[in-house]
Amino acid sequence: MKRILLTGAALAALNATPVFAQETLATVEERGILNCQVGLPTPGFYALAEDGTWSGMDVDLCRGVSAAIFGDPDKVEYQSVTSAVRFTALANAESDMLSRTTTWTAVRDTQLGLDFTTVNFYDGQGFLVPADSGITSALELDGGVICVLTGTTTELNLADYFRANEMSFTPVTNENVNVLVETYLGGGCDAYTNDKSGLAARRSAFPSPDEHILLPETVSKEPLGPVVRQGDDAWANLVRWVIFGMINAEELGVSSENVDEMATSTDPNIARLLGSEGNIGEGLGVKPTFMIDVIKMVGNYGELYEKHIGANTPIGIPREGTLNALWTEGGIIYAPPFR
Amino acid sequence: MTSIPELSDKTKQRGKLSRAIYDARIRSAIIQALTLFTVVALLFWLTRNTMINLQARNLSAGFGFLDVSAGFGIGFTLIPYKEGDTYLRVFAVGIMNTLLVAVVAIALSTVFGVLVGLARLSTNWIIAAVARSYVEIIRNTPLLLQIIAWYFGVFNLLPRPRQSMEITGGFVLNNRGFYLPGPVVEAGFTLWLGILAVSVIGAIALYIWAARRLERTGQSFPAILTGLGIVILVPLLAFLVLGSPLSWDMPELKGLNYVGGITVPPSFCALIVALSAYTSCFIAEIIRSGIQSVSKGQLEAAGALNLPANWTLRRVVMPQAMRVIIPPLISQYLNVTKNSSLAIAIGFPDLVSVWMNTSLNQSGRAIPIVAMTMGFYCAVSLSVSAVMNIYNKRVQLKER
Repeated sequence: MKRILLTGAALAALNATPVFAQETLATVEERGILNCQVGLPTPGFYALAEDGTWSGMDVDLCRGVSAAIFGDPDKVEYQSVTSAVRFTALANAESDMLSRTTTWTAVRDTQLGLDFTTVNFYDGQGFLVPADSGITSALELDGGVICVLTGTTTELNLADYFRANEMSFTPVTNENVNVLVETYLGGGCDAYTNDKSGLAARRSAFPSPDEHILLPETVSKEPLGPVVRQGDDAWANLVRWVIFGMINAEELGVSSENVDEMATSTDPNIARLLGSEGNIGEGLGVKPTFMIDVIKMVGNYGELYEKHIGANTPIGIPREGTLNALWTEGGIIYAPPFR
Repeated sequence: MTSIPELSDKTKQRGKLSRAIYDARIRSAIIQALTLFTVVALLFWLTRNTMINLQARNLSAGFGFLDVSAGFGIGFTLIPYKEGDTYLRVFAVGIMNTLLVAVVAIALSTVFGVLVGLARLSTNWIIAAVARSYVEIIRNTPLLLQIIAWYFGVFNLLPRPRQSMEITGGFVLNNRGFYLPGPVVEAGFTLWLGILAVSVIGAIALYIWAARRLERTGQSFPAILTGLGIVILVPLLAFLVLGSPLSWDMPELKGLNYVGGITVPPSFCALIVALSAYTSCFIAEIIRSGIQSVSKGQLEAAGALNLPANWTLRRVVMPQAMRVIIPPLISQYLNVTKNSSLAIAIGFPDLVSVWMNTSLNQSGRAIPIVAMTMGFYCAVSLSVSAVMNIYNKRVQLKER
């Protein structure tokens, strides 16, 4: 299947008519559907319910962009693609944006024909081990067999971490996270490594989550965020400012519950955000009040966090005191002003 | 009056032209030139188009990335590899791993296929029925499914390192892999290798001498048995005389896993078992059909000449069966090589997994990487079929 996809991608690159990258917004509007790429179902970020609906932190970014364009959060077609072919699929215009816990790195930003918009989650790589293994630190993993998703920054960080600490390891790799988790649960590796949020999300779906512990070390920085094709700055702006809008909304206290009252607010910051003042929507190619739709139909950043991955969810990643708290509360979630 | 010679000239010319069109040699030259031009033009167009489109999508192209450090670990390598090595090295590692899988799987599936094929012809009803159901079950289920079943159903369920199954003499089996003692070369080993080579050459020379003598005088000589004796006994004696120039590095449980010796990952075991079992079914059927294609009259004739049973098989049945067996066998060997790319499903680092998946994704150079992978598989397939075709020519019916 994957080889077919790849060959398809290679063939598509031979196609005679180049995609005119500048026209993404027009293409999406004409199509009436936003093609949003997510990963293989992962609780909290892009979870797939039994009835076929997607939900999660990253899914809600797609819904936010859809709400901004169409005034309807559900005009989205979700494409579930393995991490190994995600960039090819985006570069070949099979998807309009990619919202799937993807780490922002220099090589990806500059050599793959991609543009990272912004960061919607600050993560770091960790290790998950069975509690009965007696391992309490990543430094005890010398000589270990480590399960890791192939084609990820995680795979590279793993090698770097062991090299830096002069330890040896044997990787067990796969492109399919489900195969990897099965291998780990069957004891095929000593530890499973991924971004800590991903580990917490996976563990929540284990038969017995308590039997596995996250090691304290964070071995890398993983700024995760949505990605678009390079060369269409207007489209990148739209995706970026929908997220900035969600963050600003939380900062200003605008939520999906009070957005209707706030729409008539006299606070100039809120008025600009919700479009009763200024013309920010015009510059982005959408209607002035687009953020009302986004916040009412999807929510502000804090609402998304608490709903999908916060302390009261099965994923249970506390927000307070972490990098993912608002800058006003000691974190680094910070958006440029809406003006 | 002057118009008549003109007319006849024109008719002559027309005649030449039409003759040229209907001349097979000229016509085929024109068609070949046109075909060559079309192919070259198509290739040029494809390359140019690719370059333009890559540029339009801001994708980096070219082979410059081959010198860049890859930076990821590989679980199983035949040649030394460390995380800081280049992408070119990764390509080499992938090629070696793919070739290893292909060679081992071809060897095992041939041996097993021949056994099952002969079992299918057995007059013993139970043996024939067991062989038949083996073939029918295994060859009628998808290979990918079998690979995954062996991986998750067998090798991933083996005991963990601390409860490992210790088979005798340093062979250990657990769900992290199959551990074997690794040979360590000591002084005198090169000399021993030389003795081994000499005895192999000697055995081959003996075989050729025996074949010639058989043709000349009709007297046979048990060359194969004697040759085997030479190849086994002489190096064995030399090994003992030289004081065992090879020692063994035993795998030992150190920390989390076994260390030392040779480690074969579970994904490799699962892949080899599945590939060999699957291919052996097809080979068994090829062997069976080949042997059954030899007409009964040949056997009866051999019987009438009072040839011993093993001679009947070796000198009468097999040479004729080979003609039927070799061509489909070539396809099976090619299939094994290509099917080995299914390794990606269970994460064995073969060429497709480590190169076309991991490297492609880490470097983003889709076009060069896909082209290199296709080039490799094409080269391997062409060389396997070239070798097998040479062999096929030798066993073909010689018309004199």
